[in-house]
Amino acid sequence: MAGPLGDCEARLARARALVEDRRLDTVRAWKAGHPGGLAIGHMPVYVPRPMLEAQGCLAVALFGGGDQVDIIRGDSYFQSYICHIPRSTIELALTGDLEPLDGVLFPSICDVIRNLGGMWKLLFPDRYSDYLDLPQDFDPEVGGAFYVRELGRIAGELERRGARPLEPGALREAIARENRRRAALEAMDALRAREPWRVRASEAYLIARAGAALPAQEHATLLEEFLAAAALREVRYRDNVRVVLVGAFCEQPPFELVLTLERAGCDIIHDDLQLGLRAIDGEIRVPEGADPLEALARAYLEQGTAMASRYIGEGEKGVALVRRVCDAAADGVVFAAASFCDPALLDQPMLERALEGAGIPFTSFKFAENTGQFQVIREQAGAFSDAVKLWGKES
Amino acid sequence: MTTPLATAAVKDASQQRQKRMIAEHFERLAAARDEGRKVVYTFVPGNLTELLGALGLLPVLPEINALQSGMRNRSAAYIAEAERAGHSEDVCTYVKCDIGMLKSGNIGPTGTRLPDPDLLLLSYTGCFTFMKWFELLRQEYRCPVAMLHVPYQSDGVITESMRSYVVEQLRRRVVPALERLAGRPLDMDELAARLARSRRAEEDLVAVWESARHRPSPIDGYFGGVYYVGPIFSSFRGTGDAEAYYRELRSEVESRMARGEGPTTPDGPATGERYRLVVEGPPNWTSFNEFWRMFIREGATVVASTYTRVGGLYDTGFRHDPARPLESLADYCLGCYTNLGLPTRTDLIERYIRDYQADGFVINSVKSCNSFSAGQLLVLRELERRTGVPGAFIESDLVDPRYFGKANIENRLQSYFQMLEARRRGGPS
Ligand code: SF4
Ligand code: SF4
Repeated sequence: MAGPLGDCEARLARARALVEDRRLDTVRAWKAGHPGGLAIGHMPVYVPRPMLEAQGCLAVALFGGGDQVDIIRGDSYFQSYICHIPRSTIELALTGDLEPLDGVLFPSICDVIRNLGGMWKLLFPDRYSDYLDLPQDFDPEVGGAFYVRELGRIAGELERRGARPLEPGALREAIARENRRRAALEAMDALRAREPWRVRASEAYLIARAGAALPAQEHATLLEEFLAAAALREVRYRDNVRVVLVGAFCEQPPFELVLTLERAGCDIIHDDLQLGLRAIDGEIRVPEGADPLEALARAYLEQGTAMASRYIGEGEKGVALVRRVCDAAADGVVFAAASFCDPALLDQPMLERALEGAGIPFTSFKFAENTGQFQVIREQAGAFSDAVKLWGKES
Repeated sequence: MTTPLATAAVKDASQQRQKRMIAEHFERLAAARDEGRKVVYTFVPGNLTELLGALGLLPVLPEINALQSGMRNRSAAYIAEAERAGHSEDVCTYVKCDIGMLKSGNIGPTGTRLPDPDLLLLSYTGCFTFMKWFELLRQEYRCPVAMLHVPYQSDGVITESMRSYVVEQLRRRVVPALERLAGRPLDMDELAARLARSRRAEEDLVAVWESARHRPSPIDGYFGGVYYVGPIFSSFRGTGDAEAYYRELRSEVESRMARGEGPTTPDGPATGERYRLVVEGPPNWTSFNEFWRMFIREGATVVASTYTRVGGLYDTGFRHDPARPLESLADYCLGCYTNLGLPTRTDLIERYIRDYQADGFVINSVKSCNSFSAGQLLVLRELERRTGVPGAFIESDLVDPRYFGKANIENRLQSYFQMLEARRRGGPS
C-alpha cells in the first residue's frame, strides 16, 4: 500500500513503477500470493473487468511495449502499414514477458486487435485466448442478450481453466469495487478540470494507467490517496489554454508526448488515454434482486461512452465531444491519433466537423507509441495554444 | 471489399450477359427517383440482396463504385479530394474514393449521377471500417441507417447464440426498416423463391471454382474469378438473371475444360499452364491488367483465391436455404471470408493449396485493409510450414495508385517464379 497521506510523489512513483512494469513482475507477485488464481490479460479498449475479478482472476490491461521495447521479432509479423501496438505486443509475447498471463482477451475494437487474436491462437495454441464480441446493437433483448451469452461463455472458459464459477454475490461485490474505482477516477477528472495546475494531466495519466494490473479496490485506494495528497500540496496557478485530448486511445502515446503538450502551454483537462476505464459513464447500477451480469451488460448498452469503436446508433457524431468541451469549459481540442489507427482516424473527420459547427478550435497530429521526436509536436501545440489565447482575447 | 462489374476484356456469352445486367441495373438506378423506387446503399460482404429484391428496393454498393473508379483511373483524384477534406492518408482508400466521388457529383460508372440513398444498410460483416464508412455517409446524406451487427467467427464456428443474434436483428430491426422504406410487407414466399434461385446459382459457381482442380485449369480463380463473382456478390443474387449467368458460365467453363483449354485472359486464351497458384488478398484495381499480365507472362494460373470468397463462401458447403430464410441469411453473413478468424482462414488456404495442387501461393497485402492484411505474414509462415509450398508476399493497395509500385512488385514476382522454377528442377530454392 501507499505511504503516508500528503505525499503525491510517493503515489506517483508507485504509479510510474507499475506503468513501467513491462515484465509483469507485479502480476507474478500477485500470482505468488494467490495460488491457483488466473491472470487474464486483455487488449484495449474495454473488457468488463468486474466479471474477471468476481471469478478470482486478476485482469491485466495490455498496452503494448511503449517506447521501451526494441522490436526485433515483432516487425517480421506485420506489413508496413499498420499501427505499432500489435508489433510490440507480439514482441513481448515472443520474448516471454507475458508469460505470467494465463490467458488473453481480445475485444472487438478494430480489425487489428481482432486479427491479433487470431495470430495468438496460431502462435500459442496451448494458451487460452478468446475474442470478446462487444455488441453493436444496444437493445437489451437483442444485443444485450447476446452480450450476456458472450460473457457467460467466457466465464465458462475461465472456470474450465481453474477460475471460480461466476456467482452473483461475488459479481455484485466486484461491481461495487469497480464503482468505487470509477468514483475516484471521476473525482480526479473533476479536480483536474477545476484546477489543472493541481493535478497535471501527465500525473493523472500515470495514476489512471497504474490500475492496468491492479484489482479495482487497490487502484481505487491509490487514486483516493493521490487525490487527498494532491488537495493538500502547494501549487502554482498557471494561465494555460484548456484542451481536451482525443485519440480513441488504444495504442498509448509516449509519456513524453503528454509532457510535451503540457510544456507547450496546454492544460489537458480531459483525455481518453485510458479509455477502457471510462468506457462506462457513471456508476454500474445493480438494482436489488437484479442479475448482476445483466446489470453489467446493461451498463455497457445504456451508459457506454461515445467512442470510435462503438456504433453511434441514433446519436449524432461529435455531440458528446462538443458537450465535453463545453461542460469542461475547454478552449479547444487536440487530436492525437496513433498512425494507421482505423478507429481514431476514421472517426476524426466526423468529430472535427462537429467542432467546426460549434466553433471550437482544434489541432491534430499522429504518433506511434515509440515516437522519439517531439519538437514538431511541441511547435504545433505551442502555435495552437498561442492562437487559442489570441482568439480568446479577441472574442 | 469486392469485385469489378464486368468491364472484362474477355467476351464470353456469360460476360456479355453480365454487362447487360449491369447496364440495366444502372438504368434502373438512374430512373429510380422518377419511378419512385427506393435506393439502399450496402456492402458486399453480408449483403442481403434477396431481401432487398423481394421488397423491390434497389441496391448500390459503394465498394463496387470505388473499385470501378480505380479501374477507370478516377480513384487518385477522388482520394486526393477526400484527403483535402481532412480524411487521413492512413485509412482505407475505398472509403476515401467513395467520399471523393460523392464530393465530385457521385457520377457512377455509366456516366450518370447515382441516386442518393434512402437508407444505409450497414451489414457490419468482417470489416470494422464498414461501420465508420456509413457513419461518414450518414453525415453526408442525412438518411436513416439500419445496422446489422454480424458477430465474428473467431473460432470458425457459428454458434446458436451468434445465429439467433443476427436473426433477431433481422426480424426486429432490419426487415421492419426495409418494409417501411418499401411501403409494403415482406412477402416470405417471394424471399424463399429468391433464395432458391441463389442456391442454384451457388451450385454452379462452386462447380466453376472446382473446375480449377483440372490440369490445365480452365479458369483463373482470382483475376478471372473477380468477374465471375460479379453478379453473386452484388445486386443480382437471387434473380433469374444471376441464375442464368451462372448456368451459362458453368457450361462455358466445362466446355473449355473438355477441350483442355486454359483460362480466358485479357490477351486471349491462356496456353501452357506452368505454375498453379493460390492467392490471398484483394487485387489492385488501378493496374489490374498489368498486375494480371505479370502472372500470365510466366504461365501462372491462379487456381483458387480468398478474395473471391469475401462476398460469400460457398465451396465449404453453405447454400442459401429457402426453408430457413432468415437463418440462412444469417449463416451467409457469418460465413463471409473476412468474418472468419485467422486460423480458419489459414486452414482454408491450406485446403486450397492441397486440393488444387498449387505450386505456390501469393499474398497481396493491401495497405487499405487491416481486415485482410493484419496477420498475413504469420499466415504465410504457417502455410509454408504446413504444406512445404513456398509463398510470396507483395504489398500494394486497392485503388490508390501511389501504392502500386510496379517495378518492385514485378521484381518480387519474377524472383519468386525463378525460385519455383529452381525448385521444380530440384535445385536450391
Ligand atoms: S491503435 Fe487503433 S488500429 Fe491499432 S490496434 Fe489499436 S485501435 Fe486498432
Ligand atoms: S478495410 Fe478492407 S474490407 Fe473494409 S472496406 Fe476497406 S478494403 Fe473493404
